Amino acid sequence: MAASPAYGEEKGGSSSLGEPEYGHDPASGGIFASDYKRHDDLKEMLDSNKDSLKLEAMKRIVAMIARGKNASDLFPAVVKNVACKNIEVKKLVYVYLVRYAEEQQDLALLSISTFQRGLKDPNQLIRASALRVLSSIRVPIIVPIMMLAIKEAASDMSPYVRKTAAHAIPKLYSLDSDQKDQLIEVIEKLLADKTTLVAGSVVMAFEEVCPERIDLIHKNYRKLCNLLIDVEEWGQVVIINMLTRYARTQFLSPNQNESLLEESAEKAFYGSEEEDTKDAKAEAASLAKRKPYVMDPDHRLLLRNTKPLLQSRNAAVVMAVAQLYFHLAPKAEVGVIAKALVRLLRSHSEVQYVVLQNVATMSIKRRGMFEPYLKSFYIRSTDPTQIKILKLEVLTNLANETNISTILREFQTYIRSMDKDFVAATIQAIGRCATNIGKVRDTCLNGLVQLLSNRDELVVAESVVVIKKLLQMQPAQHSEIIKHMAKLTDNIQVPMARASILWLIGEYCEHVPKIAPDVLRKMAKSFTNEEDIVKLQVINLAAKLYLTNSKQSKLLTQYVLNLAKYDQNYDIRDRARFIRQLIVPTEKSGALNKYAKKLFLAQKPAPILESSFKDRDHFQLGSLSHLLNAKAVGYQELPDWPDEAPDPSVRNVEVPEWTKCTSREKRKDKVEKPFYSDSEGESGPTESADSEPESDSEESGSSSSSGTSSSSSEEEDEEEEEGGSEEQSEDKEGEEEEEEKRKKKKEKGGPRKASPRSVGSEEEEEAEGKKVKKAAGPQGKKGHAESSSEEASASESSSSGSDSGTEAPTVVEAKRRKIPSSKAGPKEISLLDLDDFTPPPPQPVPSSSIISTSLVTDLEGLTLTDTSLAPALLSPAFGAVRTYELLHRMAGEGLSVEYCFSRRPFPGDPHMVAVQIQISNNTDAEVKSLRVSEPKLLAGMRIQEFPEIESLAPGDTASVVMGIDFCDSTQAANFQLCTHTRHFYVSIQPPVGELMAPVFMSENEFRKEQEHLARRGEGKLTGMSEITEKLTLPEKCRSDHAIVQQVTSAANVGRVPCGADNEYRFAAKTVTSGSLVLITLEWREGAAAQLTVNSEKMVIGTMLVKDIIQALAQ
Amino acid sequence: MIHSLFLINASGDIFLEKHWKSVVSRSVCDYFFEAQERASEAENVPPVISTPHHYLLSVYRHKIFFVAVIQTEVPPLFVIEFLHRVVDTFQDYFGVCSEVMIKDNVVVVYEVLEEMLDNGFPLATESNILKELIKPPTILRTVVNTITGSTNVGDQLPTGQLSVVPWRRTGVKYTNNEAYFDVIEEIDAIIDKSGSTITAEIQGVIDACVKLTGMPDLTLSFMNPRLLDDVSFHPCVRFKRWESERILSFIPPDGNFRLLSYHVSAQNLVAIPVYVKHNINFRDSSSLGRFEITVGPKQTMGKTVEGVMVTSQMPKGVLNMSLTPSQGTHIFDPVTKLLTWDVGKINPQKLPSLKGSMNLQAGTSKPDENPTINLQFKIQQLAISGLKVNRLDMYGEKYKPFKGIKYMTKAGKFQVRT
Repeated sequence: MAASPAYGEEKGGSSSLGEPEYGHDPASGGIFASDYKRHDDLKEMLDSNKDSLKLEAMKRIVAMIARGKNASDLFPAVVKNVACKNIEVKKLVYVYLVRYAEEQQDLALLSISTFQRGLKDPNQLIRASALRVLSSIRVPIIVPIMMLAIKEAASDMSPYVRKTAAHAIPKLYSLDSDQKDQLIEVIEKLLADKTTLVAGSVVMAFEEVCPERIDLIHKNYRKLCNLLIDVEEWGQVVIINMLTRYARTQFLSPNQNESLLEESAEKAFYGSEEEDTKDAKAEAASLAKRKPYVMDPDHRLLLRNTKPLLQSRNAAVVMAVAQLYFHLAPKAEVGVIAKALVRLLRSHSEVQYVVLQNVATMSIKRRGMFEPYLKSFYIRSTDPTQIKILKLEVLTNLANETNISTILREFQTYIRSMDKDFVAATIQAIGRCATNIGKVRDTCLNGLVQLLSNRDELVVAESVVVIKKLLQMQPAQHSEIIKHMAKLTDNIQVPMARASILWLIGEYCEHVPKIAPDVLRKMAKSFTNEEDIVKLQVINLAAKLYLTNSKQSKLLTQYVLNLAKYDQNYDIRDRARFIRQLIVPTEKSGALNKYAKKLFLAQKPAPILESSFKDRDHFQLGSLSHLLNAKAVGYQELPDWPDEAPDPSVRNVEVPEWTKCTSREKRKDKVEKPFYSDSEGESGPTESADSEPESDSEESGSSSSSGTSSSSSEEEDEEEEEGGSEEQSEDKEGEEEEEEKRKKKKEKGGPRKASPRSVGSEEEEEAEGKKVKKAAGPQGKKGHAESSSEEASASESSSSGSDSGTEAPTVVEAKRRKIPSSKAGPKEISLLDLDDFTPPPPQPVPSSSIISTSLVTDLEGLTLTDTSLAPALLSPAFGAVRTYELLHRMAGEGLSVEYCFSRRPFPGDPHMVAVQIQISNNTDAEVKSLRVSEPKLLAGMRIQEFPEIESLAPGDTASVVMGIDFCDSTQAANFQLCTHTRHFYVSIQPPVGELMAPVFMSENEFRKEQEHLARRGEGKLTGMSEITEKLTLPEKCRSDHAIVQQVTSAANVGRVPCGADNEYRFAAKTVTSGSLVLITLEWREGAAAQLTVNSEKMVIGTMLVKDIIQALAQ
Repeated sequence: MIHSLFLINASGDIFLEKHWKSVVSRSVCDYFFEAQERASEAENVPPVISTPHHYLLSVYRHKIFFVAVIQTEVPPLFVIEFLHRVVDTFQDYFGVCSEVMIKDNVVVVYEVLEEMLDNGFPLATESNILKELIKPPTILRTVVNTITGSTNVGDQLPTGQLSVVPWRRTGVKYTNNEAYFDVIEEIDAIIDKSGSTITAEIQGVIDACVKLTGMPDLTLSFMNPRLLDDVSFHPCVRFKRWESERILSFIPPDGNFRLLSYHVSAQNLVAIPVYVKHNINFRDSSSLGRFEITVGPKQTMGKTVEGVMVTSQMPKGVLNMSLTPSQGTHIFDPVTKLLTWDVGKINPQKLPSLKGSMNLQAGTSKPDENPTINLQFKIQQLAISGLKVNRLDMYGEKYKPFKGIKYMTKAGKFQVRT
């Protein structure tokens, strides 16, 4: 401690000559200027009017700081320049301020007002930098000011400022931890932010301030998963690590079925076949009792979205994903990380060091994963020793019966290395291979014995130690080796090796009865010159020989003990005294004497040669704690999997919640309505009929949300998930049934076991007892689970109905449907009456469908990188749905038919526009066999009729979907609607806005496409593909929200994020030909605005312009 | 996260310190010096050192230790990767990263470090953004600055951080628009005594130098993308597009950057372009040893092997070597026992060889191990894996850029055991 400042001084003195900062400046006064004088001229320069002088002075001051020299006495002079116009001076002043503010708190306060002014600057970057510096000043007095600034910045328009606010949170927390509660509020708010810029920083703040508040993550979980790939790389690391912990608390272990096997895993997977089959039967029986595991779709989402990041160039990201997979993925999927980790081994040696540590831990648990990459761990003579030793560790872990011969051949090369530490480690490794793989034990032993004649003593010594351990496993067969080693005592000088040999001879003196006393004789001779550990072993050997062969060794033993009695080391004197009392029978000696032989020559268990990396995986991999194998400060324990999954519905994003926290304006019910309609509302007011749209909505969700490029694959995944959740609900039911049974049984057994919570293993039952206290909680939870599973089963039935698609529903399903419909009966009738006048009110949304909805909305986050306004997030596709009349009640003789464009892709044919038709029977007789017939269509148009409705009871309403391919034209589709008695001629004419489906693209893609279109236009006729119209926005249409709402209601388009505040962009593709339609609305001063539509289809473009203007003018 | 950073030179002087949170006394480095003493060589200093109150994470590059001080749990790779990024940035700014350079540009270094971390958490690590914030010093600018008194700090505020493509600066303009791509492959191999390959892998990178105006959107496609077994991308590459079409589609950063690094798996047979014939003998009886190596081309696809350099670490017992090369120059350093032979080009008609004798320390037994031979070489105009770029297209801008692709094969960690 004392040395370092002095050393700094010395450097300072010598530096003034050689360093340019001082050298070229004539004012510095040369070598002889004392410190305070030099500072004097710096002060002068800082006080001058010239920026260049100030800059020069600041540069010199910063150079001083960089060298670690004290410049704190300049504080008053520097802080004056905080408002300097010159940007570089300003920056350097900031640097100075942040460094010394802590020491000069009062003076630092002078600068605060400058930053407060900066916080109000119209330029977002100035706001951000002011907040950054303000929050970096560690002066406790300004905590309230910082708090205020952070809160304000957290709701700033600019995501960059919000990011800075997130950065400021841990700073404030470290300054004053009392602010925790308030900061958590800010964190909660920022967690809801949808921009990638903020995500990483806020999760960092979360980890530092309140990592235990896992509940804050629930609602943001899916969003974080989806944003992940677009977050900057450092943020990705933090988010992935946090999500790993989160997932461990929320999902079930994907390997739970195998966890039983885990113990015997080594054997079962790599052992002999017979064993395997035998075990398998027993296990199969026990597995049968367990419920099959189905992965939570959210769990799957996390795994799926992190996988591409294995391709990151940033080693930390790759490692983070690797640990996530290691801790969370099903066994079969973990393998994907091996390749990426092996790739990192090409990187800098520090990276290698960390990666190899982790690979070493992983390779113990999952050996198979790295086996194909065995050769990548081969050691080069140029590797640093620490890398060599780690690679050796991995190679040893990977050794098995099939590859052991190659590995041993490799080891042979290593043993001849010049790096002796490494050779010693190799010998240890050979020992471990020999213990683990019985087949090669003899080969290894022979090899090691050969090493005993090595010229290098260290090698010999290490071999002796390892051989000793190996021999302990099967001493009887190896008396030859023991003899050979006994001979070595003459030459070998390394104490540890000598001690090992002596121990061996003593332990197995019965196998070498002739040699042992002779060795003792020799040792007795040299006793006084031996090292302490050797002396102790000599005493041990003497004692053991005395007990087995007292005739030959009695005198020798006494001689040794006498020598030891006067040894310098008290341990040795103690030992000698103790042993003498124990083995030499005297009158005084106690009862122990009889047992001396048993004490000394007891069977000793063979040591187990284990990897030092065993069991390190209880630390989260990739963490500092794992590397050090000790808990680091602030390490968050990786929780164990829960026995039972917590309620997954907590992750469902409920619309009102986030509208409340992200938008300042309150929205009316009407606005919210379309949102619900996404899942249920549009499908009509009857629950009985919602089966088909239900599945539609899910499909539409997936395809509309995923980008253009990958829609197909995503869709598949989505379906997988759906399947998963269905199965899960089935499981739940099954489980519940069983539970009921068990409950009944147990109730007889006694009240203590009144709440069994899981089916399956005995262990869990045992655990039950401990959990009795919690019984009340789970009970409540269970109730909830039951109800949700009921709902789930309902949705299951409905989705199975949808499987049949356009075919007529089967009788069974019809029966099922009747049950809920009768429940909802009376309510519906009243709704129906209102139907003529108002659009259908929102339906209560069952929880099962919320999952799909929220998934959809969350997926939208993928492309929203820069939207700052909450209203913009209103899913564009869900604008208020207009219904049109197909057949009036009067004209249809009591049968009224309405239709609307549900804005979902029509299942089965992506080129068709889905038309939702709602038929109400207002007559008092049953209407039978409702169907479509004799469509009269223009060339190219196609129609997909809805399945015939067999009967519609009086007062009942049916809702069906039909698909029409309009060929991207607004020509009407004419057809007949037939009942069993009548035919009605009807026609559906689509508004132009319904002929398209939204496309999600990024700002750049949009620009690119727009230019692309513009250029194509040039080839033909300018203006062909672009229509521009000026318009005036009416009063009520001047908010962002209103504009977006109006445009999306006029046309089925998706909003494109846009950097500029006064510009709105939308994109869509026509349904039939898939040509792009791009809409740009530029809002100029006041009410003026300009609308531009780019489309290859000129007609569509022109009509769309008209429609949108009309919508906006309303 | 990262608390402080100390830069330490080979002689153990701390020549720069930077703190992002409250100041940590430089005496914390004493623990580092201790570890440094214990390790025989600089590469053997453990990258992570635990001290009672802090953890020291270090990287060693360009003969400088970059020691980061942290106080709480943080993924070690996070810090290490960041430190390497710092070094890369310095290299990018000053051309070389050396103690002298850092001392000469201490203010710029300090400003850059200030921007890279905020409260110890990385803020701006893209060199494109940093260069917009703080202009790298050039001779011209230094001259201009001293005359006019203008600064190195960018006067307009950076917008790069706000954009959707944070790696590219805005408003790029060039009169000559050009995009060059270098496909560089390195062969990592271990060859055993008898000349058979124990392990061989190809590690490749595509380094790009893109100087294009505006916001170009490039796509690069390969003739045989299936060769690439494992890839890692610059963040600008659209991953989805690669997954589905095996096409690299990206908006490039401005200037030099590494677009892609890839791995051609060991399962594919790797062509080994050179062979080494060696005869190294230590005789037990005498204090002389024989040394003879010959290098020759093997599978070079008709290209010349250039820049061949042979290095070998001799056993400690070797006192001196008297050798004669048939071409090139050789040096044996009797202190470090390192033999270096700069061969140059291999002429297949007249294979280069190095022959002679070694003087061994008298009285000591012969070394157990023959030295391993490390080989370096270069082959121009050849990607040994056979990877070929098919085409490069540009969208989004109207001009026609000049495009160029260069292939090269190099030895990576190429080792011959003897």
